[in-house]
Amino acid sequence: MKVITANFVTCAVKECKTSPTSFPLHFHDAELEMQELDFQPEFIRNVIPRIDWEGLRVTANELGFPSLPESKPEGEALGDEQTLKDLHRLLLETQVMEGKLICGNCGHEYVIKEGIANFLLPSHLV
Amino acid sequence: MLPTPDTSHVSFDTIYEPSEDSYLFLDTLSSASESKWLSERFQKSSGPSDNSINAVPLVVETGTGSGVVLGFVAAHSQQIFGRQDILTLGTDVNRNACIATGKTVSTAIQSIQHKQENTENNPNLQTVHISSITADLCTSLRPGSVDVLLFNPPYVPSEDLPRLPTAAENDPAVAQAMSRSARFESDSYFLSLTYAGGVDGMETTNRLLDAIPGILSARGVAYVLLCKQNRPDEVMTRIREWGGWCAENAGSSGMQAGWEKLVIVRIWREGN
Repeated sequence: MKVITANFVTCAVKECKTSPTSFPLHFHDAELEMQELDFQPEFIRNVIPRIDWEGLRVTANELGFPSLPESKPEGEALGDEQTLKDLHRLLLETQVMEGKLICGNCGHEYVIKEGIANFLLPSHLV
Repeated sequence: MLPTPDTSHVSFDTIYEPSEDSYLFLDTLSSASESKWLSERFQKSSGPSDNSINAVPLVVETGTGSGVVLGFVAAHSQQIFGRQDILTLGTDVNRNACIATGKTVSTAIQSIQHKQENTENNPNLQTVHISSITADLCTSLRPGSVDVLLFNPPYVPSEDLPRLPTAAENDPAVAQAMSRSARFESDSYFLSLTYAGGVDGMETTNRLLDAIPGILSARGVAYVLLCKQNRPDEVMTRIREWGGWCAENAGSSGMQAGWEKLVIVRIWREGN
């Protein structure tokens, strides 16, 4: 599971959908693996508009990538190759192999095993 | 005809084997009319770079099975969406299907990239498969995040709708420790999830349709496959009655007594 995935998922519990604390889900005990991918500056530039920046900053901190800019790169900042490289590394090259994603609202833990997160809820939560 | 992704690594004990409906999906999305429609919607602007227009589309397939459909759109994103850079994400209730999909999609992307390496001046395929997650439809996806949603549902009418699997049922260690007969039961159960659709074959599809307005982005579009018993005309009428939504027949196959056996419906916001 690439780290960018965390920017597109939220708690599966219905009641959590309206709560702002259900996004992003919080990484715990994450084991990471790097998978090298060609760096394509334009690709990353066009990925950035898709990103919820506040959410990504939370994720980056939890995974120990502290160096994200405070606000989403726009205009000239999109020309900064180092920023794009950092984002490429974090979003696309970093894979979460083991660990948990935890909802900040209900506390439910979504387990990640061998790179695959399980978002199926136990029957009492459906 | 664009090549079909390789699924020879997939064990079809618990996973749906690519069939007529899967191939109708491939043919429909890559048809001249549908590719034109999608490319007009998603290709990058040639003028001054506008980030919101050029934003990389997120393509999600729910119930990926072997991953043949998602692998196909990932590998042929240039022909289908008019661009070389999409993000793909797959969901399935069967963990084995998630593993299979990851491999099918990555292999399909790599095989195109490998061909491009041998041809000069070809723009590179940059498409990335971000993950396959074990999930019920799109219930765990962030609202408004999906640009293209694909669903080849369990559409066969059945007396009962199989319940969703538990974490234990999806645990490979549990499956490995099973007796032969328990394994057979478990495999049959997982296969039933791939086809049994409950009343009118629509119980799962209806849940997905209900989620569409919430999950699609402003430019979002969904493709959902229906069979004759699902009454596609009634389903399309119902979608149009949501208000502000369009539904059209994007591709069909197998005429039977004047009816198409399978239909793929395109669903999108009016005026977008």
